[in-house]
Formats: sequence, C-alpha cells, structure tokens
Amino acid sequence: MKCRRCRADAVIELPQHRTAFCAECFLHHCRQQVRRTIEKYSMIGAGERPLMAISGGKDSLAAWDLLLDLGYDADGVYLGLGIGGYSDRSGEYARAFAHQRGVKLIELDLATDVGFTIPEAAAQRRTPCSACGLSKRHLLNTVALEHGYTVLVTGHNLDDEAAVLFGNVMRWDTEYLARQQPVLPGGDGFARRVKPLVRLGERETAAYCIIRRIDYQVEECPMAEGNRHLGYKELLNRMEERSPGTKLEFYNGFLRRMQPLLDGVSSQDKGDLGSCGRCGSPTTGELCAFCRLTDQATDPQHRSTPRGRRGRKRRNNSRRQVVGAG
Amino acid sequence: MNVRLYNPKREVQVRGPLRVEELCEQLGFPRQSVLVIREDELVTREATLEDTDTVEIRPVMSGGAR
Repeated sequence: MKCRRCRADAVIELPQHRTAFCAECFLHHCRQQVRRTIEKYSMIGAGERPLMAISGGKDSLAAWDLLLDLGYDADGVYLGLGIGGYSDRSGEYARAFAHQRGVKLIELDLATDVGFTIPEAAAQRRTPCSACGLSKRHLLNTVALEHGYTVLVTGHNLDDEAAVLFGNVMRWDTEYLARQQPVLPGGDGFARRVKPLVRLGERETAAYCIIRRIDYQVEECPMAEGNRHLGYKELLNRMEERSPGTKLEFYNGFLRRMQPLLDGVSSQDKGDLGSCGRCGSPTTGELCAFCRLTDQATDPQHRSTPRGRRGRKRRNNSRRQVVGAG
Repeated sequence: MNVRLYNPKREVQVRGPLRVEELCEQLGFPRQSVLVIREDELVTREATLEDTDTVEIRPVMSGGAR
C-alpha cells in the first residue's frame, strides 16, 4: 500500500477518505484538517491565547500538539477526577507532555478543590460519566474565565460527535441537538468552546500520537465500561466497516442540513439563562447543576459510602499551576 | 510472535507469518477499532508479520464523559 501524496510505503489507511498515507504525509493531513476546521468556524482569533482541556488521553494531547505546531500559544488545563490509579496516570501523561513541550499546564483536582471524587458522586444515583461530564464542563469553563482565557478547546473528535449525535437523535433531544456545534459561542458566563478535531476520527488521533511519540493513557476509564456512549460508538463502527465514510456523512450532513434549522432552539439562544444563586454560573434554575451535584456528593446525609467523611468542603481556590515553562 | 493487548493489559503468542488483517480477524478485533504497531511503527492491514516480531494491538475507542 502506497502513500497517496508521495508514493512511499503507507503506514495507515483511511477508508473513509479512500486513501492511505506515510507517516509524514499523515501528519500533514492531520494539520490540514485541524487548520481548515479552525478557519472554517473562526474558532480562534488572531493573537488569542487558547486554553486546551487535557485529559491525558490521545485526543486532547494530539489536539494540544497540533495547536502548538500550527502556531497557537495554547496553555493546558487538567482536572483530576479522583478515579484511583487511572487518574494518577492520566495526570502524569498530561504533565509529561507539558514538560516536554515547555508549555503551561494549569491543574485542579476535584477532591482537593471541590470536595468530592467521581466515584463518590457516582454513588449518589448519578452515572459516573454524567457526573464527570458535568464537572468538566463547569470547572474548565470557570478556570478559563478566572484565568482570562476567552476560548476553551476540547479534544472531541469525529467519533465522539457522531456518537453523541446518534444518541441525541435517538431521543430527539432538540435542546442538545441545537447545542451540538463545533463552536459554542462565549459570553454571558461562558468561554467560547471549540472542537478543532471534529474532522478527525479517533483512529487518526491515536495514530497521530503514535507517530509523534506522544505517550497517552491507552487504558479505558474503568468507570466508563459499558456506558451508552461507547455502545453507540461500537454500533457506528460496525456501520463504518461495511460502509466507510458513514460517520463523516452522518455528522457533516447534520451540520450542513439540520443544524441551521435548530437556530434559536437552545436555552442559551432563547435567553432563558439566569445565574446560579451560589456560584453565579449560567443556569435555568436557582442552583446550577454542578452546585446541586456538589451538594449531593459532599453532604453526609446523601452519602452512601464511608469516603464521604470529607464532605461539605467548599471550593477553596487552591488551584495549582504546574508549569513546563513560564 | 508476541502480541500485546489492552483492556485488560495482557500478552498472547500467535504463530506467524500472517498479515495484519488476518491477525485482527483471528483475535476478534474489528480492523477500524484498533491500530497495529510493530516495533514501535504503525503498519497497514496488508503488512506481513513474522514469527519474531513484537506486535501491539492498540484500541482506539475511548470516551465516557463528554
């Protein structure tokens, strides 16, 4: 199998594009895809310093590396989730990358800074992935605003977006469908949230890391096993095996033909958002979902696990900065 | 050949030579859900793996909270 661009031996085939690339041309392909996505959706303005949400996995580390190579002065932020050794190792990958590239990594930790861990939150009738997603959205947005960043970058890839879209369509969840965009605008308590990897599948982001020798957390999160999102991905992958390009068509078709019809549907679009009575974050209720989660996870009366003794500790602004460089 | 697998981490022995796509099929991995690495380098489905190779089959699917 030969590289489409230079005719050298290929190292990866991409059936969805009916092509194959050698290592160098594959890196060029990834940079092109990300550059085009950033430009098409005006994700990052000239001179703007983005904050990259880092999990220690392949997508966020690939995205950070790509942003840096494309000339963006991106800093990183890592949130420790308290999922035992899995979180410890994820943090080590994030720190190692920051150190190697000489870039700044802001760190915060759910247990230290808020007072609970994801396993503790999951003991309170929430699924762990729901508690984790909510915590990430809230805390990373808060950190971005507190540190003066106007744009928060996430490593969501094409497979993530296609799986989420599939789930939203299965439930006809118009609120979530309306907000499923490569760019969520900032303002009114939100940093702009952008997803520059939406043209790349997770096979591509993993291959990118392998070729670039970026060490990342390969093991699946122990709390995500069997979740609905992974089930949707498996389903879509089976369709993709039979008909390469299905995921790209599904997601791009949604963005082109359906997303414009949903303009004005979301609560944010309709101006239905007020402020959380405790933390001031945007919300449709009196307390935002994250403050409610914090109450559930830190109140001993709600607790069903002995680890809950740490409860009621409030956020203490003790966020540390780990610095690879300045 | 020695083949490293994940979730859980383990190693298995597979007799070569055989092509990457045959190895994936033999071990039950959908080709588009994994990457195959030989001696730290990616290989395509057409590549032939020898008995003496050290191979890693790395899953690419991830994701819980989004």
